Amino acid sequence: MAWTGSVLRVNLTEGRCERKPLNMLWARRYLGQRGLATKYLCEEIDPTVDPLSPENKMIMATGPLTGTMASTGGRYSVITKSPLTGAIACSNSGGFIGAEIKNAGWDMIIFEGRAPTPVYLYLENEQAELLPADAIWGRSVWETDEWLHRQHQNPLLRIAAVGRAAEQGCLYAGIINDLHRAAGRSGVGTVMASKNLKAVAVRGTLGVGNIKDPAAFIKATEAGKKVLADGAVTGQGLPEYGTQVLMNVINEVGAMPTRNMREVQFEGAGKISGEAMHEPRPSDGKPNLVTNAACFGCTIACGRISTIDRGHFTIEHKPEYWGASGGLEFEAAWALGSDIGVDDLDALTYANFLCNEDGFDPISFGSTLAAAMELYELGLIGKDETGGIELRFGSAEALTTTAELTARGEGFGKMLGLGSKRLCEHYGRPDLSMTVKGQEFPAYDPRGIQGMGLTYATSNRGACHLRSYTVSSEVLGIPEKTDPLVTEGKAAMVKAFQDATAAVDSAGLCVFTTFAWTLADIAPQIAAACEGDWSVENLVETGERIWNLERQFNMAAGLTGKDDTLPKRLLKEAAKTGPAKGRVNDLEKMLPEYYQLRGWTTDGIPSKETLDRLGL
Amino acid sequence: MLKALQIEPEKCTGCLQCEMACSYENEGVFNPAKSRIKVFTFHDEGRFSPYTCTQCAEAWCLHACPVEAIVLNDLTGSKEVISDVCVGCKVCTIACPFGTVNYNHDTGTVIKCDLCGGDPACAKACPTDAITYVDADHTGLQRMRAHAALALPQ
Repeated sequence: MAWTGSVLRVNLTEGRCERKPLNMLWARRYLGQRGLATKYLCEEIDPTVDPLSPENKMIMATGPLTGTMASTGGRYSVITKSPLTGAIACSNSGGFIGAEIKNAGWDMIIFEGRAPTPVYLYLENEQAELLPADAIWGRSVWETDEWLHRQHQNPLLRIAAVGRAAEQGCLYAGIINDLHRAAGRSGVGTVMASKNLKAVAVRGTLGVGNIKDPAAFIKATEAGKKVLADGAVTGQGLPEYGTQVLMNVINEVGAMPTRNMREVQFEGAGKISGEAMHEPRPSDGKPNLVTNAACFGCTIACGRISTIDRGHFTIEHKPEYWGASGGLEFEAAWALGSDIGVDDLDALTYANFLCNEDGFDPISFGSTLAAAMELYELGLIGKDETGGIELRFGSAEALTTTAELTARGEGFGKMLGLGSKRLCEHYGRPDLSMTVKGQEFPAYDPRGIQGMGLTYATSNRGACHLRSYTVSSEVLGIPEKTDPLVTEGKAAMVKAFQDATAAVDSAGLCVFTTFAWTLADIAPQIAAACEGDWSVENLVETGERIWNLERQFNMAAGLTGKDDTLPKRLLKEAAKTGPAKGRVNDLEKMLPEYYQLRGWTTDGIPSKETLDRLGL
Repeated sequence: MLKALQIEPEKCTGCLQCEMACSYENEGVFNPAKSRIKVFTFHDEGRFSPYTCTQCAEAWCLHACPVEAIVLNDLTGSKEVISDVCVGCKVCTIACPFGTVNYNHDTGTVIKCDLCGGDPACAKACPTDAITYVDADHTGLQRMRAHAALALPQ
């Protein structure tokens, strides 16, 4: 059956942990993880609730394939209402804690209420208890991790925690697990901290042993691994360069958002690329990249483990940063690099370390800093407000100093922690915020990759690349090449990718597998593990059901079709260079068709027929 | 030909496929906590290292066992625990200098690598060939080859 059948309900207000059976009827309709937890959230909270109030809930959810030998079967997601966007939040993370929760015998953990004083959840198989976290409140994720391992005398504990950024109210704080993996987006860490929940420490020794058809499962997962090993991206590009394989590629197609998305190509891209991370540096002859690393069960291993040059100004006198830790992924490298015009690889790596150490999203941080730099350039932010920091595009010092302040919620970091939308509104220029539904853009300029414009505009969690990664088709040619500058056919593609991705997430698998896998590779793995009809067709329908459920939550939370849009800059200011020169994003050519294909009204509301068809 | 597990840590990505394969083969469950092979992460150095029993010729565990529950498999050279005979006294876990014999509290006996009877599941599951099953007399071959390459005239 692969689900454990158990939900841990943690009432933080009353300090009570209870086991409840998983709703198997819902499991058959929403699969697991993202989908199933969304169903629970929709049933249990009022969508209009204040995200940072005790009435909001936060769910940590695994999928049926989490903790199994299926490649990448280690994912978990955090589902809650976002304080950044006011929409549904679903942040997915790798590392090892997802599998550990599953190995401890739980499909999901539902956190309710707010603890009177700081606590952490200690979970060892069926034993669950809330313990005082006063000693670690006010400490970083890394310090918390060390303290918990020492406190419990157990190096095998897996830990997820929030850092000082979340405690200080940064609206895009994430939850960091295993030191450098993150449920990073939409402020799920802010919600966790608002509940006075500092960390979750898990040890699971029960394992996953209830596979429906073990022989078929081993066969299906082995076949899947072979496909990943043979794939050009999953077998070579990602292990070698990580997601950073994209830096030069995206820059060449003219879709590299640069200097708060004023430009679409960055002259310094080569210096902060995946290739650059392999280059020996002059000081010690060692490259930035130490090794690639895998999350639980992953046969791709795209993770980056890096070091910073010990002579670099950021860490010269800080030996605590001399060791290796999680290195730059493409999204972080873009946001901390080209979007603020900085090409200093060591400065970027340091800022990225800080994002992990204190738990805040490098995409939202970098993008917010970019907006602040434009406001500074326009004279709308002065040095008196930044505490003397010169917020100039291209300044590595500005990047690392503001990252330190944001990590601790101090000085101008407090303002940056509010995100680009609130920052730009505060200074009277909301048009300079590069956000959708209040969430900052990822690393693909939709003027150069048209489908991504529709992806961003319609994403249920605000601007996000992981809801329908049409870059795969429009740039990489997977599963087939389409022209990134053409809008025709993109509405159908975005819908298909959104539905498929929702299914992949809900299984507990990594979306990067889809650089080689289609649902035809995934369906047999789920079908061998789980009861129910898990054909490709049913997975597509399950994905569509999840998508519409998320949409319903957002509509009930007060969002409308009017929120399915892009900043004026991307719709009116043409790209200045590269293959997309002269182009804006033609969202208006794609959105009506998308609504129609979705079976939504012209205002973007799911029609009754659509909801009936999906059983919603 | 006697074969042995050859472990090349520099190829390991820390994915734990070996641990799941081991626990599944031996316990019928995907469960790293019950694996006879363990992958260690040295975070600050960015290194991973799988580690398991090396099947000592003069096996301390075998000699220490008071009830002769650990026996030599002539075919594979592995030292195997006969769980029906094991009394769970754990003396072998003390005797083993490498820590690769461990107590399993669920069964009250010890567990250690038995090379899966000559077809080790960990080696088959490893996606990067960090664990291979090779001629026991030449586990150093890859390393020798690498150094031989260095010795070639430039």
